[in-house]
Amino acid sequence: MPNMSPKKNEMPVQDPNVRNKNFDEVALGYTKEQAMDEAKRCLNCKHKPCVSGCPVQIDIPTFISKVADGDFEGAYDVIYASSSLPAVCGRVCPQETQCESKCVRGIKGEPVAIGRLERFVADYHMKNAANKANADIQKNGKKVAIIGSGPAGLTCAGDLAKLGYDVTIFEALHVAGGVLVYGIPEFRLPKDIVRNEIENLKNLGVEFVTNAVVGRTMTIDELFEMGFESVFIGSGAGLPRFMKIPGENLNGVYSANEFLTRINLMKAYKEDSQTPILRAKKVAVVGGGNVAMDAARCAKRLGADETYIVYRRSMDEMPARREEVEHAEEEGIIFLTLNNPVEILGNDDMFVKGMKCVKMELGEPDESGRRSPVEIEGSEYILDVDAVVMSIGTSPNPLIRSTTEGLETDRRGCIVTRDESGLTSREGVYAGGDAVTGAATVILAMGAGKNAAKAIDEYLKNK
Amino acid sequence: MFRIVRKKSLNPTVTLMEVEAPLIAKRAKAGQFIILRTDEEGERIPLTIADYDRENGTITIIFQIVGATTERLNTLNEGDFICDFAGPLGKASEVEGFKKVAVIGGGVGCAIAYPTAKALRENGAEVHSVIGFRNRDLVILEDEFNAVSDKVVMMTDDGSYGKKGLVTDALRELVESGEKYDEVIAIGPLVMMKFVAKLTKELGIKTVVSMNPIMIDGTGMCGGCRLTVGGEMKFACVDGPDFDGHQVDFDEAIRRASMYRETERKRHEETCNLFKKGGADNA
Repeated sequence: MPNMSPKKNEMPVQDPNVRNKNFDEVALGYTKEQAMDEAKRCLNCKHKPCVSGCPVQIDIPTFISKVADGDFEGAYDVIYASSSLPAVCGRVCPQETQCESKCVRGIKGEPVAIGRLERFVADYHMKNAANKANADIQKNGKKVAIIGSGPAGLTCAGDLAKLGYDVTIFEALHVAGGVLVYGIPEFRLPKDIVRNEIENLKNLGVEFVTNAVVGRTMTIDELFEMGFESVFIGSGAGLPRFMKIPGENLNGVYSANEFLTRINLMKAYKEDSQTPILRAKKVAVVGGGNVAMDAARCAKRLGADETYIVYRRSMDEMPARREEVEHAEEEGIIFLTLNNPVEILGNDDMFVKGMKCVKMELGEPDESGRRSPVEIEGSEYILDVDAVVMSIGTSPNPLIRSTTEGLETDRRGCIVTRDESGLTSREGVYAGGDAVTGAATVILAMGAGKNAAKAIDEYLKNK
Repeated sequence: MFRIVRKKSLNPTVTLMEVEAPLIAKRAKAGQFIILRTDEEGERIPLTIADYDRENGTITIIFQIVGATTERLNTLNEGDFICDFAGPLGKASEVEGFKKVAVIGGGVGCAIAYPTAKALRENGAEVHSVIGFRNRDLVILEDEFNAVSDKVVMMTDDGSYGKKGLVTDALRELVESGEKYDEVIAIGPLVMMKFVAKLTKELGIKTVVSMNPIMIDGTGMCGGCRLTVGGEMKFACVDGPDFDGHQVDFDEAIRRASMYRETERKRHEETCNLFKKGGADNA
């Protein structure tokens, strides 16, 4: 008998007033009993709408039925067949707009907690099973180079390695993982989990070369000369955007990329870290995406008394995941929606001492379909802050496009791909993730990596 | 891991290291930099490439011992390994098509000015080098500059070696004596570059400066190295490190460079006190 409760099983979390002072993971995950109970809420419907909502098409009902039976390893095998990074996706995917949004149970009540179940299965596997060896993979002797070890690159690498390719990932930073290690904070995605997923890939035979800045250390043409027969570019988003308002180069103004990189990759959250970061008391984070939520929650954890999200539209238009917004609110982040900065003010030493803002109201819908914010005249005021984090997106990194002849990019600098396969204007060169789309989500990047792996396999089989 | 094949102390606070990094050595050009991390817990710091040897696959770096990371780097010896070493980053300096160039180096900035002077000379330019130091004990790379320059003017603040005065004094004198330069390249402390640029603007000579702001990734991701150049935001790691000296907002760059000075000072004091305490206990 299915469990007909209209509500999801709650997932235990750290108390907001405890967790906003530490960097330990916020969500604690289901117990076996909770997972099996939740799995029984799945009706196992024939047409599987949830699968169509998943960018990497995990066979969701099958893995859930295995969880319901207590066969957690069996469930893991089902997920792993489609996703190389289950423990990551179970934590950072926006399931509410993907698989769970299509769930039949969501029509009357809450959908099945697919994300929480995926997370449970991946964590169970990590705790209880040895990583799978690559004994049964038939190597085909063909070499593929992957540029960037973020979600797109890792997924593409995993899929190709499973198909027998010799895959090498070139990573510019000193550690693999891309945005999963420099961007997403420890409390949302513990780095041990990323390391473990990367170990899984190494067990599949994937090689990692760190400190390799493609476009500088070597070019794409040189990768072909080195014997790679196809290249996947998953180099990520790139340079931070700023608002072009006065005061953005004052001391105490960070891009979200820099702020999060200092804290996550360079471990500034640890007391004994070598990496300096200003420990501000009042912090304004400008923007309304997931990255803005991460930055605000980090600022709070570093000891800020007051942390603001300053966003020019209203709560309804905010692009961040609902769960992240709720977590941030619970932790005491103050949301100043319909507010827009116009200038950052500095003291005599040119450190931030405040931010001049205006209030906004919503006007007619713009080309994005969202109602565009309009400034309310005479609403100017000064927000008392001593640090500002700009989290308003990125523009693509120029290193690869400027050193790869014949690689078409659009007017924003994003790499142009022919179709879903990720094929670029250069034969044998594929691309996916933020380098193509501009800043998006982990799972979309993974979907692109997956599609490209399929296309690369077809290309090399027919070559 | 990257092996140190040679280490040499150039003066009490400046050290030269030659590091095995064949991929970087293959592509390195004057004006580019590397990012290194001494060990697993270390910071990433940018250092300009002082020389490269394509055949032996090595990169030479020259650094001043100024903070925790350079102090730690200086404890490593020949045969030891540097944990991470990535590059060559940034755009190479433009060294082609010049007839006569003045290369101005200040202090440890001479380590960066030298490969540029060398590359300019190799590309057919007449090179006049003006190199300045606080005093005689701090002089580095004198022989190297002599080898690649048609004229070298040595300046010290206190007159203990060469002529007494600033590099700007020497440059003004050269120009007033009738030397005509296509370009001036100034590399050294921000204040020095600021005043060289001020002078050359007055003299109407195109001037390139090499900026070395605080960086983290060095690959165009964090935006920490941003500068204002000609009223626009530029990123030293991908748009530079060379910029038009007449367009750079030096006052802003100076202020940004001091962002963590207080934090660094406190940390340095704490470390020193720790050593002192250890010393007292041992005594």
